[in-house]
Amino acid sequence: MTTKPLPGREARAQHGFFKAHFWLMARRAAQLGFFLLFAAGPWFGVWIAKGNLASSLTFDVLPLTDPLVLLQGLLARHVPETSAIIGAVIVLAVYMLLGGRVYCSWVCPINIVTDLAAWARRRLGIETDWKIKPETRVYLLGSILMASALSGTIAFELINPITGVYRGLLFGVSWGMATVLAIFVLDLFVAKHGWCGHLCPVGAFYGVLNKKALIRVSARGRVRCDDCMDCYAVCPEMHVISPALKGERTGAGPVILASDCTACGRCVDVCPERVFNFTYRLDDRVDADASDKAASTGPGKLAA
Amino acid sequence: MHPGGSFVACTTSSSTSPGTGCVGEKKTKPMSADSHTTMPKGFDPKRRKALQDMARHAAGAAVACAAIAGLAQQSKSLPAVTLRPPGALDETAFQAACVRCGLCVRACPYKTLKLAELGDGPAIGTPYFVARDVPCEMCDDIPCVKACPTGALTHSLVDIDKAKMGVASLVGRETCLNMLGLRCDVCYRVCPVIDKAITLERTHNTRTNKHAIFEPFVHADACTGCGKCEKSCVLEVAAIKVLPVALATGEIGAHYRLGWEEKRKAGKELVPDLIDLPDRMPEGSKQ
Repeated sequence: MTTKPLPGREARAQHGFFKAHFWLMARRAAQLGFFLLFAAGPWFGVWIAKGNLASSLTFDVLPLTDPLVLLQGLLARHVPETSAIIGAVIVLAVYMLLGGRVYCSWVCPINIVTDLAAWARRRLGIETDWKIKPETRVYLLGSILMASALSGTIAFELINPITGVYRGLLFGVSWGMATVLAIFVLDLFVAKHGWCGHLCPVGAFYGVLNKKALIRVSARGRVRCDDCMDCYAVCPEMHVISPALKGERTGAGPVILASDCTACGRCVDVCPERVFNFTYRLDDRVDADASDKAASTGPGKLAA
Repeated sequence: MHPGGSFVACTTSSSTSPGTGCVGEKKTKPMSADSHTTMPKGFDPKRRKALQDMARHAAGAAVACAAIAGLAQQSKSLPAVTLRPPGALDETAFQAACVRCGLCVRACPYKTLKLAELGDGPAIGTPYFVARDVPCEMCDDIPCVKACPTGALTHSLVDIDKAKMGVASLVGRETCLNMLGLRCDVCYRVCPVIDKAITLERTHNTRTNKHAIFEPFVHADACTGCGKCEKSCVLEVAAIKVLPVALATGEIGAHYRLGWEEKRKAGKELVPDLIDLPDRMPEGSKQ
């Protein structure tokens, strides 16, 4: 065997399709579910959430506002009404607790597009990769905040593809869909994980809220790791894995603490050795040896 | 497609992102005498690289900022036929406040409001309406204003008759049927603020010399800009149009005083004993 099969194939062979795609399917269900909360109204006449991801009202009582959008408004020197402030505070609180970048992989519709592009890259063997530094998004975050302050407008909403998708599908503003196409082309042909991993200022903003994320992935079974590299191949922010997975040498805990981690759980799915699991931040438990717990879910590679 | 390549690349970038250290990487002291003997004292290649990266990013960020700010600036121009919902702040303040959530669109019972598409004119995703298509029905409870979470539609507007979405103007004076001496009167009849925002002013019809002309006359202070008149104008192209307030109205100088008003307020002649010079009349006319 000269070429390595696609990441996840081994997990699928050993644990079945369902277990090798569990968190992926859960995320797609969540992303679709959040969208349907909004779409049920205009599409089927069942009004649950009105508005879009920039600001919304659910069941005519719960206001939610994107704090980054509101921050741009503040920089543009507008003091908003209380309902927008309450909405933003709720969103801030929830994401600071759960982890800001949970938004990226569980809510954001663009994630589906960039995941699709990453999948297509792997399938088609596209190698082109214009190296963009991951911190570029932080600078871009600065750019949009500065642009808002200078122009006195909520500047990023002109081109924000995230709210753009919702606006496109819910209000017929097709411009949002054009930005999505641009991102797909960027991620597929120009830069690997180009948008979500390097450029998106919204991701950078939610990354700030991700510092003390409660929901985390742990490399609890790291003793079983056989360096198949499948987790690195699917991870949209692959630099977050090593400190935890290889932490034994450095004395680091098994929990992936890096604030870039979006808690997407793809590593959990694709690992044939079932090294990873979802847990909470302070769970520092590690499996003692290779025969422990999770290995029993299938024949371990070492044994095979 | 093996990910190994990028994995290795991670060790090279770890110097600029301390939170993302790589496997077993040891933090070595930069600058060792044997490797950079020709470099000046204090030269640190890692720091140099970091500074270069920072400068490059800052430059890129500045360009991105200028592009977005420029785009935003451009989008502030609002075409005259597109009107903002009731209570909208003036266009500059509106763009700082509107988050483009579409809650006002959802609240509008008459599907008057829509979010702007690229090319519609108003900034992408902001709410507007075109009076000739669907005018504002001026709901008493103003649901669109109540729905606005940010106050881009100001919540201080509680009486819809005080709204200022624009001002109707009889721009087609030569085509307006009333101005031609007929009795159309439709704009006057449909006006929700009838006899205040639009009145019919009677003047002599000099064409027939025996009829009257009933001119639809808009009073800007009472007109809400709902657009019902424009919508219902029977002509192919409406003779009466709702224009943005700034386009449709003039303003006298703040220092101007209208003599007759001042006289009424004071209850007497302000300048007594005016010298009344004889009027010079055209030659041959009776004095």
